[in-house]
Amino acid sequence: MGEIKRVIIIGAGQAGGETAQRLRQAGFTGDITLIGEEPCPPYQRPPLSKAYLAGKVDMDRLLLRPANVYSEERIALLTSVKAVWIDRAGKKVRIEGGRELPYDALVLATGARPRKLPLVGADLEGVHLFRTAADIDAIRPRFVAGAKLIVIGAGYIGLEVAAVARQTGLDVTVIETAVRPLARVTSPEVAGFFLDEHTRQGVRFLLGGQPAVIKGKERVTGVGLADGGELPADIVVAGIGVTPETTLAQHCGLTIENGIVTDAQCRTSDPNIFAIGDCAARPMAHFDQRVCRLESVHNAVEGAKIVAGVLTGQSAHNVEAPWFWSDQYDLKLQIAGLFQGYDHVVFRGVMADRSFAAFYYKGEKLIAVDAVNRPGEYLGAKMLIQSGRTLPPDVITDETRPMKELVASAR
Amino acid sequence: MAKITYIEHTGKEHVIEAPNGQTVMEAAVKHAVPGIDADCGGACACATCHVYVDPEWLAKTGEAGSMEQSMLDFANDVEDNSRLSCQIKVSDALDGLVVRLPKSQH
Repeated sequence: MGEIKRVIIIGAGQAGGETAQRLRQAGFTGDITLIGEEPCPPYQRPPLSKAYLAGKVDMDRLLLRPANVYSEERIALLTSVKAVWIDRAGKKVRIEGGRELPYDALVLATGARPRKLPLVGADLEGVHLFRTAADIDAIRPRFVAGAKLIVIGAGYIGLEVAAVARQTGLDVTVIETAVRPLARVTSPEVAGFFLDEHTRQGVRFLLGGQPAVIKGKERVTGVGLADGGELPADIVVAGIGVTPETTLAQHCGLTIENGIVTDAQCRTSDPNIFAIGDCAARPMAHFDQRVCRLESVHNAVEGAKIVAGVLTGQSAHNVEAPWFWSDQYDLKLQIAGLFQGYDHVVFRGVMADRSFAAFYYKGEKLIAVDAVNRPGEYLGAKMLIQSGRTLPPDVITDETRPMKELVASAR
Repeated sequence: MAKITYIEHTGKEHVIEAPNGQTVMEAAVKHAVPGIDADCGGACACATCHVYVDPEWLAKTGEAGSMEQSMLDFANDVEDNSRLSCQIKVSDALDGLVVRLPKSQH
């Protein structure tokens, strides 16, 4: 790469917004253009399925930075603008309307698209996807006590929506095609804990359920099942995962494999183009350098830090162990590491106390933790995973010794 | 509304007018005060918004809750006046608050 005077960032979500901000913090003085399809400046998405849906925080509080900061810091923020073409040879981005913007370095932070229900009736009014503030704004008018909500998909987003809905007084049914909730993201034990909690809170589950059709004329009235049954609904929310947004990258021939593939520095197969956040996959230091695509705030922010460092010639960013969180009712679930491939799990504390941690091991190595209302266990395990240390299962579960002491003793 | 002074570990001061209801972390992040990363946006999930509350203000900011205390156990360079700034709500009573930032948030 020659001298970098112009950086274009496509995608004004958390990854894109953080990149712009961190480039300036790192002393980059060239032009920064941040292009986003949404009408507002970058904001935090995690609260959308939590406090924002509950009406406890407004959009202003979700913004990463106040709108005026972008012009103060000479960041050209183009909102409601879609990038339509990348000319790699000419190093230009074309936006809708035909204007072409030249770059020296391009950052793709295009995020992910929520999967649409592959069902007849999925376009009916009252059937919602869950990704943007506008999606939630569309749900909220009818998201009121007594309304019948069907959530399709029992991942974290689906369960967070179910929790807010119960707390708001809606009648809630969750349909999940798998035989347990959270099948992709946690162990059967922890999934069972959340299933019990939601059931106690009044959520009905249809596990192994097969939605076949969304019923209704203009507005949704129910969900028809493959076994012929039908459940009435005023609102249907689909939380069945996302697809990485790779259209632009694909059209210009970048390497794609479940996301835009990059190296550890977030560089794609074109040295002048970087990809970060939900749309990108890179080798993970804490997962045997396996190439992973993570959908998380941590991953978005880390990508921004890495790219800002590379573009300003600073020393390598110290990568963190992946971390995630989910808030449901009064339960704070905090996750560090990646549990995939674990061979056994041990528990510190008991589920009945609504305060416990599940530690996942692969052989002797601690690879992940799910901590429910146990922030110390979460942070302690995160430090261990990050530094490649471990503790024997019988030691980590010894509640007579404080977590801090255990972590200090680990090798 | 409260005027809050953030002092970086280098001694550089940032004075910010923060509206009531915001947290001490949010006010810092919105004005890009370096040294408060607050990656999780205030969900008490990351412990990257650690601050030292000026001893004169400790009575008014109150004490860390148990959740916060458990997180602080694992933060770097923790002192008796350490807090997570995402857990301190701005109010008129905090007008003039001074917080110092640690050297490292990681």
